[in-house]
Amino acid sequence: MAAADSEHAAVMRPFVSCVESGRVYLNVSRDGETLEVELAGHWRGADLPAIDNELAAQSFDGARALRVHVPEDVQLDLAGAWRLRQWLQAAEAAGLSVSYEGQQPGQIALIESTLTGAHAAPRSSSESEFEPVSALGRQVTRRWLSVLAAVHFIGHAFMTLLRACTSWRRLRPTSIARHVYETGITAIPIVSLIAFLITLIIAYIAAQQAREYGAEIFVVDIVTVGVLRELGVLLTAIIVAGRSGSAFAAEIGAMKLNEEVDALHAIGVEPQEVLILPRVIGLVIAMPLLAVIADGIGLTGGALLCKWLLDMPLPLYLDRVQDAISPTTFWVGIIKAPVFGLLIALSGTYRGLQVRDSSRELGRLTTVAVVQSIFLVIFANAVFAIVFWQLDI
Amino acid sequence: MSEAIIEVKGLRNRFGRQIVHDGLDMTVERGEVFGIVGGSGSGKSVLLRTILGLQRPQAGEVLFKGRDLTRMSIAELKQVKAGYGVTFQQGALFSSLTVLQNVQLPMLEHLDLPADALDELARLKVKLVGLADEAAGKYPAQLSGGMIKRAALARALALDPGLLMLDEPTAGLDPISAAAFDELLMDLRQQLGLTVVMITHDLDTIFRTCNRVGVIIDRKMTSDTLEAITQNPHPWIQAYFHGERAQRFSSHGT
Repeated sequence: MAAADSEHAAVMRPFVSCVESGRVYLNVSRDGETLEVELAGHWRGADLPAIDNELAAQSFDGARALRVHVPEDVQLDLAGAWRLRQWLQAAEAAGLSVSYEGQQPGQIALIESTLTGAHAAPRSSSESEFEPVSALGRQVTRRWLSVLAAVHFIGHAFMTLLRACTSWRRLRPTSIARHVYETGITAIPIVSLIAFLITLIIAYIAAQQAREYGAEIFVVDIVTVGVLRELGVLLTAIIVAGRSGSAFAAEIGAMKLNEEVDALHAIGVEPQEVLILPRVIGLVIAMPLLAVIADGIGLTGGALLCKWLLDMPLPLYLDRVQDAISPTTFWVGIIKAPVFGLLIALSGTYRGLQVRDSSRELGRLTTVAVVQSIFLVIFANAVFAIVFWQLDI
Repeated sequence: MSEAIIEVKGLRNRFGRQIVHDGLDMTVERGEVFGIVGGSGSGKSVLLRTILGLQRPQAGEVLFKGRDLTRMSIAELKQVKAGYGVTFQQGALFSSLTVLQNVQLPMLEHLDLPADALDELARLKVKLVGLADEAAGKYPAQLSGGMIKRAALARALALDPGLLMLDEPTAGLDPISAAAFDELLMDLRQQLGLTVVMITHDLDTIFRTCNRVGVIIDRKMTSDTLEAITQNPHPWIQAYFHGERAQRFSSHGT
């Protein structure tokens, strides 16, 4: 290639050695109107940026033909072959005729046959422009359908409950007991801790303010009524939503991914009866019990704070608690507990059943379950507050 | 004239814009081993799920011994389900239960047995499928692939059904285990008088076990005896049964 043929000596441009030009990948020489190119080094994916630089510096000016030689010792992978092929196609587009000295490299032949053999992929319609009106329409329909699906689910759960009431065994008491244990008993430490700390903080803030007016005694009122009517149940519900809402969704979602729910269907067992109902009933039982504990611990926290900060002796605290509460204070709070439990359990199990296809869906729907549970709980709490206010309870 | 256990007529299944089945007909007669064959994505599992009632078709009917499943009450449906056993592709064993408990679950749901009978019958099924006694107390996560398939079969046989529906029972098994499973299946079929419907890719299994084969092509099913199907001139069927991988079975075609 570098041989200086005396006939062409006058026309041939001097051979540019790779050492002088710093070239690593291409050895180029000119033979009249023919560009002689020899690959050097390794043409692999990792080398592409450097190869691109060299190719960019190479022009086709004045050349009519391009002859390519790929030596044996040059390592050429598909990425390198593709880049070479691209460059050769550019040469052809510029009017040069391309030929190979020796065999066309197998990799290029492979790329050729792969690309020409494949059918053009059908243009997917989703590549079309975003159409706001139809997108809105689709969103609305989808929301409506999901509302219908949720209503269907609740109805199905209720019917399953009625059917299960026909026999004691069908209610699956062992399963319910297990769920009461897992959602209730094992939650006692965390619920107690949070009820204690939050009440402590609120009592502290109230005490700071009340001090200004010498009205420390009313801290007791605030703590008592606040905990019993609102805070105890609400905190419990939010913690349970995080714990059990996600657990339900994840357990049932994992079963769905493993086709266990289908297997239940195939055996003639209603997943609603075996999976959903025991969880719902379990949580509805566990919530009020947890709420009572939260109330108790909360009041204890209040007592401790009043003792430490306000030097209020316990008997005085208890007396004030007695005065502050009315017959309904406790019940107003506790009545909300089973309702919150129902909302959390239905939300968690429903989202679990929606899982399909992938673990990503599992993660997403578990998140949705928790967020939705918390939202429903807080919304329901607001509704209760309004109702009680109207009823003057 | 053999009684038809399963009849599928004019089935149409569609997902969005993709039509999976269009006027698919299938009949499975009592006592036969019917293989369902088709390319990937041809809707074999969808067909099985439709028969099981897990998938609602756009059109068509599925009859079990002449009765339409979609018109049955829940109690009747439960009865019917006790009459067949299913295995799923990944086993679908209940992951929080041991193998023994898995087998006992259908029994608990459908039968009223005393505790010792429950235990013994379940252990019998576990042994029947060739699992060691120790396997009964293991959880699915502790089992090998072959053991999972056998455990799933044990659960499918829990209620002594007359019909077995298997979704790729030998998929992922080494050749020895797959052959052993085929033998087990044939043994049980003979001893228990089972009808078997099987989705499978495994040519070995097809030639060793199936009397009739239904091929899903172009959203419909072409079914015939094994001999006749291998002679079917459709190019896909020819490639399937006479391609390179099938060469060692070519004697069956003659």
